[in-house]
Amino acid sequence: MLTIADKTFQSRLFTGTGKFSSAQLMEEALLASGSELVTVALRRVDMHDATDDILSHLTHQHIHLLPNTSGVRTAREAVFAAQLAREALEINWLKLEIHPDPKYLMPDPIETLKATEELAKLGFVILPYIHADPVLCKRLEAAGASAVMPLGSPIGSNKGLKTIDFLEIIIEQSKVPVVVDAGIGAPSDAAKAMEIGADAVLVNTAIAVAGDPVAMAAAFKMAVEAGRMAYEAKLGSKGSLAVASSPLTAFLDEL
Amino acid sequence: MSFKEEFARYSWDNVKQDIYSKTAADVERALIAPKRTLEDFKALISPAAAAYLEPMARLSRQLTRKRFGNTIQMYVPLYLSNECTNICTYCGFSLDNKVRRRTLTEREILQEVEVIKGMGYEHVLLVTGEANQTVHVDYFKKVLALIRPHFAQVSMEVQPLDRDEYEELIPLGLHSVLVYQETYHQEDYRKHHPKGKKANFNYRLETPDRLGQAGIHKMGLGVLIGLEDWRTDSFFTALHLHYLEKTYWQTRYSLSFPRLRPFSGGLEPKVEMSDRELVQLICAYRIFDEEVELSLSTRESDRFRNHCIQLGVTSISAGSKTNPGGYAVEPESLEQFEISDERSPAEIAQMIRQAGYEPVWKDWDAGLILNE
Repeated sequence: MLTIADKTFQSRLFTGTGKFSSAQLMEEALLASGSELVTVALRRVDMHDATDDILSHLTHQHIHLLPNTSGVRTAREAVFAAQLAREALEINWLKLEIHPDPKYLMPDPIETLKATEELAKLGFVILPYIHADPVLCKRLEAAGASAVMPLGSPIGSNKGLKTIDFLEIIIEQSKVPVVVDAGIGAPSDAAKAMEIGADAVLVNTAIAVAGDPVAMAAAFKMAVEAGRMAYEAKLGSKGSLAVASSPLTAFLDEL
Repeated sequence: MSFKEEFARYSWDNVKQDIYSKTAADVERALIAPKRTLEDFKALISPAAAAYLEPMARLSRQLTRKRFGNTIQMYVPLYLSNECTNICTYCGFSLDNKVRRRTLTEREILQEVEVIKGMGYEHVLLVTGEANQTVHVDYFKKVLALIRPHFAQVSMEVQPLDRDEYEELIPLGLHSVLVYQETYHQEDYRKHHPKGKKANFNYRLETPDRLGQAGIHKMGLGVLIGLEDWRTDSFFTALHLHYLEKTYWQTRYSLSFPRLRPFSGGLEPKVEMSDRELVQLICAYRIFDEEVELSLSTRESDRFRNHCIQLGVTSISAGSKTNPGGYAVEPESLEQFEISDERSPAEIAQMIRQAGYEPVWKDWDAGLILNE
């Protein structure tokens, strides 16, 4: 079980709601994924309309919504958007996304830190989307983030864990849950993230644009479970020094 | 430095010659390159690439789905005025076209808004001619204040403005601006724009710079296909896009590829572009730039649009009227150009769904922009 702030999750697979060919298919895929935390872009939904096509497909008891601020470019805009979302959706959880670069959607570390400090004072549960920067993660933790969401590779790229060396440092150092976000392109990427000790992964594009999104969601569910199980079972360490079954120095014990 | 200096480094004739001398090997190299350069783009729009249309379409579709998913954005134009002090040889609003002119009043705009909202739209594109005495920044300010509460995103396709004018409009809810160069061929530009402020080629060429400096969220570029050699004009569009993406890196970009359509008093296109060639261009733009939004208007036919949404296009209009008051106030007034796809927004949405895509009516929220 994974706990973030005041919520406990059975599933360690978080999902997104973008890029599906219909809201119906999105709902079926999310249900197949078993995900209990689902991000929804504030810019896509009509926050004041309960019949909004996306929101109305997410009304399952086990699914918690995680509004994201995709589209904002500064800390000030993020704080403003967060307040709008809290008022309209009555949710104080927030995936904080500040990417002033619309080409690669690279998160702005400076504005993200500023917004986290501000939003923490306002009582938000903040999950910031960031580059895989170990120092920034510690700074965000100190600023009041409830989890950190470092990227595996550029968002939507399906390139997998290009940042794995830094993810390992982040996981080793972090006192808050680490959710690997962005770039996870295949269930094997998700399993790998879980094997190295990530607390959860967030997957959207790889499911939404798959030939069969529902089947792919189920595949991710299994991969995340397998990866976590492997992590808990403690993987054998890799090394180039052979461990002989009859050690060469055993004779010393007999002397 | 503005794009004017970058533009000055290129010769139209040399670029044209480069494009027409590209070979099959150049095209094949462009198709497998991990990142495409402007030279690759020349190959992709060259006659040599015509034989590679199917692999280009497959790659374009794949790249589009990766970035944009299975979605198509919906938008609609709202023509506010057909007053215009420019002579443009290809446009129904041209000053020398003797027709009745009108600029919508606030009451009339709201009548139009009601019909557009009834169609389901949340994104609207405001369009005018260029009549600086009546349709000026103060008019736009009033219109933005009137319209913003009704729409999630407001775009504009009006006369080029100064930087400080854009800076006044952006905080009022102006999200994106479309400004087409029409043609990058300077001599032909002069022939097609003999009178009016639009005759100033460089002022128009530098408009995207002024928009970028003003901090616009999104801007749209393009040329009017039919005025000059489309391949060379499209290269300069790509060059402009490339420059802007590097210079104003916080702005999003879209491209359009309008083909000259019949209008009242019409000009015959100097250059014909076939459907096959337009598909080649759409795919070439996508393969060159994986992030740029590609927009297709109702100028194109039903059948063509049905297929293009799967080839790289990311946004389309539907149910468009190209005359001020066309939705409710005065449906019979002068159109800027004739539309070709006359299906309703509901019919287009249904077509999109049948093709396996989701029509997206809202992908922005005015609440995400702070009023300073």
